[in-house]
Amino acid sequence: MSIESFAQTLVFGLFVGSIYGIAAMGLALVFGVLKMLNIAHGELLMLGGYATFWAFRTFGMDPFVSLAISIPLLFAVGLILDRTIYHRIVRLLGEEKIKNSLLVSFGLTLVIQNLAIWLFTADERTVQVSYAGVGFNLLGVALPYTRLLSLVIALTATLALSYFLHRTYPGKAILGTAEDFEAAELAGINIHRVYMLTFALGASLASIAGTLVTVIYGISPSIGIIWTLKALIVIVLAGTGSILGAFPAGILLGVVEAVSGAFIGPTYREVIGLVIFVLVLILRPQGLFTRK
Amino acid sequence: MAQQPYKQVMTRQQIFAASLRRWLIPLGVVLLILFAVIYPQLIDKQNIWNLFFLICLHTTLSQSWNILAGFAGQTSLGHAAFFGIGAFVTRTLWLDGTPFALAFLAGGMATVAFAMLIGAPTFRLRGAYFAIGTLGVAEVLRITVSQNVPFISSMPGPMMAAYDLAPRYYLALGLAIVTTGAAYLLLRSPWSLGILAVREDEGAAQSMGVHVLGHKLLALAFSSFFAGLAGGLFAFQQISYYPAAPFSPLWTFDALLIAFIGGLGTLAGPVIGAIFFILVRQQLAVTLVEIHQVVFGIFFIIIVLVFPGGLVEAAMRLRRIRWPKRPS
Repeated sequence: MSIESFAQTLVFGLFVGSIYGIAAMGLALVFGVLKMLNIAHGELLMLGGYATFWAFRTFGMDPFVSLAISIPLLFAVGLILDRTIYHRIVRLLGEEKIKNSLLVSFGLTLVIQNLAIWLFTADERTVQVSYAGVGFNLLGVALPYTRLLSLVIALTATLALSYFLHRTYPGKAILGTAEDFEAAELAGINIHRVYMLTFALGASLASIAGTLVTVIYGISPSIGIIWTLKALIVIVLAGTGSILGAFPAGILLGVVEAVSGAFIGPTYREVIGLVIFVLVLILRPQGLFTRK
Repeated sequence: MAQQPYKQVMTRQQIFAASLRRWLIPLGVVLLILFAVIYPQLIDKQNIWNLFFLICLHTTLSQSWNILAGFAGQTSLGHAAFFGIGAFVTRTLWLDGTPFALAFLAGGMATVAFAMLIGAPTFRLRGAYFAIGTLGVAEVLRITVSQNVPFISSMPGPMMAAYDLAPRYYLALGLAIVTTGAAYLLLRSPWSLGILAVREDEGAAQSMGVHVLGHKLLALAFSSFFAGLAGGLFAFQQISYYPAAPFSPLWTFDALLIAFIGGLGTLAGPVIGAIFFILVRQQLAVTLVEIHQVVFGIFFIIIVLVFPGGLVEAAMRLRRIRWPKRPS
């Protein structure tokens, strides 16, 4: 393998990994604060992708501009799901909570996926922008504009989330609740509002990832569970409880997948993530990016 | 020792009722099995054989999930992986000329081996790791199999000519009985207390000297063995299917839903749930073709949130209403 093609593989791994990172960050946020696992996260991602696709199809809207529609839309979906379903689970304690959240969100996965098949058909859809396939060359490495823009958006979203969590009042309330919900409640934080906001934020992050997925790969109702899985592997890599650590971990997974896929062939690429998952659990169960 | 506050005096009728109740369940089981053996032969229609086959297949799959999740408290979200591995190994060996009985057992054993590979690292940790691991295995296998073996797997001509659903149904019935029997024996075994203790409180169980990892792996071995056999049965019954089909998450979902409809952690739950589920699905699939899965999904969420005990618990409650003064 030549140096150029290796560098190309690395760069594409970086691009893919940034999407893994942004998908995992939403899931990690919900997991870190509400302490429950939302298997339907990939389904929210898929809905966000369809919002982008329909905005492009009906209004000819640029997919990156349509984030202005898909983010608030999924924010609203997140609010509704939290009010109707998830707030019933948040009340439970410990193991019971996580077990019920797994079961319920697994059921929700089926509901959303089949609704999407019914509404949008099972066809794979793609968004063709005018600048698709165009890009520039840096030392023999192709950098398509769509992928570069995706990377920029993923980075911006990560920085914005970091700023929101560490510098604003509601963000600090979220972090406080994640640390100790009882102490947060005693300090006067309305934790149910925090949970609602967190879940909606997680859904919004999923919609950003969904838009990027739609631009780069295209979309069909069945992609949800695959992205949930990637996000879960990334969370285990980053260490559960690490919210922003999900972004570098996502990039790591993307690069490792791309490089190993280039060596052992693309049909076994999916196995890599699982092997990493098991290895991390055996060797470093607290995750790669957490101290302790 | 504390003295009993008063001696329970039973009237003759109550003694009769109590002994009747003791015999009621075994009698019901025998009648149910007799019905399952005789009825399809009396009717002898393809769709009846098929319906009964599906009920038995789903009972087995759901009971195997129930052993793991209901008894040992370990939620598997990738039972389709076990089902799929069993189907894949059995089908491959069988169509290569291995006698079916051997291929069938090999499928079960291969599934157990694979389950241990996932269970050993994930069971060490608490929380959702096992659920994530099994979900991951199922999806990864589905994608990998569909990419590497994309062609439909069909029975060869002579085998298809000799195809008969009746022996396949009786194998399914036997498997459903054996699985439920094994679950019963597991509950009567010396390990049952350990397994149930792990479900109730891992930390407390460990502090009492229960080998938590060992009991989890034991439950997983039972569970995955029967899930693998169910997969083998599917491979034996289907004339042609895509090798990736048994890895579909829908199989996991069916097992979960059935166990929850019937009653999680009960022996009768998966049996009752499977009968109910297959009969209802048969109706819904006709009337609400495209969205019947949506209806089941919503139904499942409601059960988990509102009626976690399922039909068995509902029946218990009913019984308590009818006989308020039951001798304990």
